[in-house]
Amino acid sequence: MTATTERPTSAVLVPPRPPAPVRRSRASRRGRALASNKPSALGYAFLVVVILGSLFPLYWSFLIGSGDSSSINRQDIDWLPGGNFLSNAAKVINDPSVNFWRALANSLIVSTTVAASVVTFSTLAGYAFAKLRFRGSKPMLIFVIATMAVPTQLGIVPLFIAMSQWLGLSGNLLAVILPALVSAFGVFWMTQYLSQSLPDELIEAARVDGASMIRTFWHVGVPAARPAAAMLALFIFIATWTNFFWPFIILDSSNPTLPVALSLLQSNFFIDYSIVLAGVILSTIPLLVLFVVAGKQLVSGIMQGAVKG
Amino acid sequence: MSTLSLVEERAVRRIAIGHTLNRWDVKLSPYLYVSPFFVLFALTGLFPLLYTAYVSVFDWHIIGGQGDFVGLGNFEWVLAQEKFWISLRNSFSIFLLSAVPQVILALIIAAVLDQNLRSKTFWRMGVLVPYVVAPVAVALIFSNMFGDQYGLINNLLGRIGLDPVGWHSQVVPSHLAIATMVNFRWTGYNALIFLAAMQAVPRDYYEAAMLDGAGRVRQFLSITVPSLRPTLIFVIITSTIGGLQIFDEPRMYDSAGTGGASSQWLTITMYIYNQGFGPAGGGQFGHAAAAAWILFLIIIVVGLINLAATRTIASSGSRSAS
Repeated sequence: MTATTERPTSAVLVPPRPPAPVRRSRASRRGRALASNKPSALGYAFLVVVILGSLFPLYWSFLIGSGDSSSINRQDIDWLPGGNFLSNAAKVINDPSVNFWRALANSLIVSTTVAASVVTFSTLAGYAFAKLRFRGSKPMLIFVIATMAVPTQLGIVPLFIAMSQWLGLSGNLLAVILPALVSAFGVFWMTQYLSQSLPDELIEAARVDGASMIRTFWHVGVPAARPAAAMLALFIFIATWTNFFWPFIILDSSNPTLPVALSLLQSNFFIDYSIVLAGVILSTIPLLVLFVVAGKQLVSGIMQGAVKG
Repeated sequence: MSTLSLVEERAVRRIAIGHTLNRWDVKLSPYLYVSPFFVLFALTGLFPLLYTAYVSVFDWHIIGGQGDFVGLGNFEWVLAQEKFWISLRNSFSIFLLSAVPQVILALIIAAVLDQNLRSKTFWRMGVLVPYVVAPVAVALIFSNMFGDQYGLINNLLGRIGLDPVGWHSQVVPSHLAIATMVNFRWTGYNALIFLAAMQAVPRDYYEAAMLDGAGRVRQFLSITVPSLRPTLIFVIITSTIGGLQIFDEPRMYDSAGTGGASSQWLTITMYIYNQGFGPAGGGQFGHAAAAAWILFLIIIVVGLINLAATRTIASSGSRSAS
């Protein structure tokens, strides 16, 4: 009511301008804005430089990794790859102290388990925070957000005491998996997504039809959460795959993850960089494949949620 | 008559039981759903952090375990170590050398990506490639490129007639090399965060500025940057928390992993690692725990300073824009 009474008064106070000129000026303004927002050749050139800079270290790694140990110490740089990549890669794979296949399998096991666990528990908690009313939910959510800023890796000494001395899990993959099973960031991410994209009416409809809480979660909450859950899984997978600090402390050469194996490779072959950098390429290939398959989702995930893993 | 009432009674009771169950279902379910997170976080996140405080006031060794109560002795010991202060200096230096150019470059990349590009996804994915290279791998590649004797960078410097730089042997060059690794991995990532924020800036602002005769650079500084204030704060805070804890890159910068012959690039987290788990003189859990708490407090203080500084800078920027 108030709105309808206000509208005529404002129309009286501000007389409407003649429509035609207004429309024309708007159109011309938009046209100019578009013109100015058109990328210049300089813009493209800049991006090409940035992307070449992003790819160059990987290319360099392949250059060295496909040469031999003598080619490193030459003063003239060979800008084309040599033919020794496979033999260097074989040296990495066959080095018994590096345990390459074991490391690859371990990285897959740890990253998959951690991603699945984080997504499951984050979806459950995020659904509750976003869509269910319960006493204490506000302070709990604030607690979750506050813990996102706490660097949990500062607790490595007690973590080591607990995992190694109390539970006897030194060198065991469980020691890497257990501390990573939940993530405050994951809960926050799913809460944000579900509160924006899951309408309350859907949940109410399921409840009226007599579905229990868990059935409602399973048949309404989970399908709605799927896109955000997939992105979260990607980020957690990559963060776990590239994680070094804690695995380096608790795992040993007999049972490493890939980054730990790379560190072993460096201490074994520090003279011969062609083998070390062949190992770098080998260990990076799995994530590059993942990037080709899911790079688009990564881009939109970062742009939707401002994530940092 | 009596049988009918019995049936009715049963039905009523069944409904009543259903109601009670439903009420409990509604009441308890939310707590059940959030409890796995809180229980696991308490065990694996909160407990280690608090127990670090406990360990830090005892004489505690990896082999002997808990020893005598020493009060703040471990903190005094750590603060009296020259290496601790060197590592603190190095961490700050590497952090500044990475954070500042990274944010500036990411803003510029984002501004270019914000234009009406052809095949947007290609360019966006292109700047993100380094993100999937593990820090350990990045460190191995760059430690080769920044090799003191036969490294690519010194080779190229030599070709244009410059003297080789001691990228490993000297303090500031080693920080520059490590900061370059961090920038390599995170600049594109942060550019995409900024890009998302830029796309939320109403286009009318730019139209208005253009009518006032503002050029592109002026628009960028007076409209884009102030509008990104919350995002800037977010990126700067997260890169502070991450940057001051840097470990992977400096640890892998040479094969010894000790931060250089005279601790040129020893960082605080490396110092904590060496106290707790290092090959020589390691196993000092009391010292490591004390150093971890000191780092934690430093991160909180620097985070708060950053927050205050970013707020002032960004709001003064928006004031000058209006």
